[in-house]
Amino acid sequence: MVTLNINGKATRVDAEPDTPLLWVLRDTLQLTGTKFGCGMALCGACTVHLDGQPVRSCSTPLSAAAGKKIVTVEGVGRERVGKVVQEAWQRLDVVQCGYCQSGQIMSAVALLEKNRKPTDADIDNAMGGNVCRCATYVRIRAAIHEAANSLA
Amino acid sequence: MTTIRIENASRRHFLQGAASLTLAIYVPAGQAAGASKKAASAATIEPNAFLRIGQDNSVTVISKHLEMGQGSYTGLATIVAEELDADWSQVRVESAPADAKRYNNLSWGPAQGTGGSTAVGNSWEQLRKAGASARAMLVAAAARKWQVPPAEITVANGVVMHQASGRKASFGELVSAAADEVPPPNVKLKEPKDFKLIGKRIARKDNTDKTTGKAVYTQDIHLPGMLTAVVAHAPRFGAKVKSFDAAKARAVKGVVNVLQIPTGVAVLAKDTWSAKKGRDALTVEWDESAAFKLGSEQILEKYRELAKSPGTVASRTGDADKALSAAAHTLEATYDFPYLAHAAMEPMNCVVQLGKDGCEVWNGDQMQTGDQMALAKLFGLAPEQVRINTLYAGGSFGRRANKDSDYVLEAANIVKANGAGAPVKLVWLREDDMRAGYYRPMFHHRLSAGLDEQGKLVGWRHRLVGQSVLAGSPFAAAIKDGIDPTSVEGAHKLPYAIANMLVDLHTPTDIHVPVLWWRSVGSTHTAFSTECFIDELAHAAKKDPVAWRLSMLGQHPRHAAVLKLAADKAGWGTPLPAGQAGERRGRGVAVHESFKTYVAQVAEVTVKDDGTFRVERIVCAVDCGIAINPDIIRAQVEGSVGLALATVMNGGITLTDGKVDQSNFHDYQPVRIADMPRVEVHIVPSSANPSGIGEPAVPPLAPAVANALAAATGKRARKLPITADMLKA
Repeated sequence: MVTLNINGKATRVDAEPDTPLLWVLRDTLQLTGTKFGCGMALCGACTVHLDGQPVRSCSTPLSAAAGKKIVTVEGVGRERVGKVVQEAWQRLDVVQCGYCQSGQIMSAVALLEKNRKPTDADIDNAMGGNVCRCATYVRIRAAIHEAANSLA
Repeated sequence: MTTIRIENASRRHFLQGAASLTLAIYVPAGQAAGASKKAASAATIEPNAFLRIGQDNSVTVISKHLEMGQGSYTGLATIVAEELDADWSQVRVESAPADAKRYNNLSWGPAQGTGGSTAVGNSWEQLRKAGASARAMLVAAAARKWQVPPAEITVANGVVMHQASGRKASFGELVSAAADEVPPPNVKLKEPKDFKLIGKRIARKDNTDKTTGKAVYTQDIHLPGMLTAVVAHAPRFGAKVKSFDAAKARAVKGVVNVLQIPTGVAVLAKDTWSAKKGRDALTVEWDESAAFKLGSEQILEKYRELAKSPGTVASRTGDADKALSAAAHTLEATYDFPYLAHAAMEPMNCVVQLGKDGCEVWNGDQMQTGDQMALAKLFGLAPEQVRINTLYAGGSFGRRANKDSDYVLEAANIVKANGAGAPVKLVWLREDDMRAGYYRPMFHHRLSAGLDEQGKLVGWRHRLVGQSVLAGSPFAAAIKDGIDPTSVEGAHKLPYAIANMLVDLHTPTDIHVPVLWWRSVGSTHTAFSTECFIDELAHAAKKDPVAWRLSMLGQHPRHAAVLKLAADKAGWGTPLPAGQAGERRGRGVAVHESFKTYVAQVAEVTVKDDGTFRVERIVCAVDCGIAINPDIIRAQVEGSVGLALATVMNGGITLTDGKVDQSNFHDYQPVRIADMPRVEVHIVPSSANPSGIGEPAVPPLAPAVANALAAATGKRARKLPITADMLKA
């Protein structure tokens, strides 16, 4: 049994220590907002925060997440930046199929937590690991700028 | 912890429940006259249900179409809400159950499904009538209740009003009275000038759930006792399992069963990770006696050889051979296109449960009744015993509309082998999804054309070589005189006035790579070859590419209008700002109609000396008839640009000795945010019935970019993707 701190709640899980955090969240805890896309940290659909850092949960073993503060898309809106980002996403109708957007939002929140006025180049750097096959990138960029304005 | 929020109309009572909490309103199918089930004695057709109004004042639009990102739920609900005069905030959307009679795609016949950019177009009249009919029933109920003439009653923003007496009621308050009303046989539809929702920017219905992790996709389904299956597939198409050793797989904690199925060996486990570990621990020996073993290079050689001889004629006007031999100048070019994987963000998956009375499916289902029939056949059930819960699809681009129900049947075969009882979620990992086939077919095109002394285009010959998507499928009847229309669409009829034209097709049948439609289907390659070749001819004729095209579009005003609009907005004819040292810049254009929607795009590119390039800006003009939701139209253009750009910049699927070379997003690269150009979208005002927007902005992108690269470098792309070595200074 491992105790995880997920969205501010201590949660005990029974899983092998090599199990990726993604599958613990999705299958064991049924927190299915975090998505499976590639399994190799290539697409970012599984992005969560570990002590405030965006990580690819598909390539983060359970053992590496124990003792750290885990935030997922289900919990990110409880903090101001997360809420502002989700609202900007909704206002600009960023989503299409929506499958990658949990990961996009988690990466965008992590960016804005560190950098309240990101340039386009900052956005390219921070969001380059998040794939959207619907290619909603025009609006992702606009929504990050809009969220930054709301936070200013 | 099992909380599945699935709204599915199949789970609810329809007309039987009219006297209870909800009111189900039926409208006649298509143009046929009919009435609700309540008046069933006089009806000769099955009624359709698209709308439910609750006493809680909710308006639930029942969508017969899948929401896979293109905004169908929002667009369809807008049409109903417009005629109903509902308030947008009270409207929600549910997926319809699989039903070939009530929920068929009117442009397909008796089949339910979403594709060919038809969702809004085929639903337009049907849903307007559904909304208007329901509105009339609410008005009649209010008139009866208030003892006033119906003509004095108005409806706006979900409120029914009688101005003179000051009475008003919400829809919910009128539900029980309206349950006694019979839908009127004829309803008056709104004049476009009175539209309040159509044409406005209104929010997508799925944007809250999709930004908070609440939206439910197939991958998110958890049912009591459910097992997850991961499958070992053959490394080559056509190979079969010869033998397998499951000992190590069974030793993995969490693995509960290992089964041979027609498509490989399935490992069932209590969770996805255990199933994957079990699958990876399997040893499978494959019988490759019937396996397909050619590589892409060998396939291309075959295609080039085939292109030397005449194929089956797809269209013929005048005498192209004669015109070409008499022409003052002739040009010839070939174009090559690789296989393309759809690579939707949600890899294919499907949940199937078999019970005593039938089978239940959870799937982002793009072709509900085709899948329903395939499952019914496999399990020996009647189609109506197969209940399909259509969920959000995490993208598709055509992949989930599988003509052979491939992944759905794989899930069902696992259930069949495992026995009824436990529901099974089949999960394809990214590698499984990338290598399972059903690609946009590889194509080789050969074009030649002739110009007269004045630079007039006098003859056009176009030969295509590529596998048929429809051959051997349930849609094979659409193949007429040896021509699969999906192979030649976009090429066999050109909008340009060309007196002598011949288009022919070779359809090889010895290439056993599964192929399928991919967002915009034939136009993914025909728009490229025709619009690149036209552009090259314009330059050979020493004409401006826009003016020259316009000179030949006299009979096609909608093509001409979008072309002019895109050119104007892009500043066509004005010089591009110069690039930095070592950079060449260029502008290119393309125009193409697909699925009755007309799109022109102007691309601006910057090419470095080393041949690497960047698409800076896309200016797009689109005519898709009445614009239901202009913002979703813009979003679809933006997304289509990004998806198509990956085929220009990054590449496709290749085979070596029959094995797929690519496996994941490192070697099948999508476009990422830094590659995304600025996209400007201009919508042509129109009063024509709406057509689709899910696909038509894909085809012009690649040729517009290739033409811009040619303008910058003088080098014409002859294949996709376009690589840096083709553009070096």
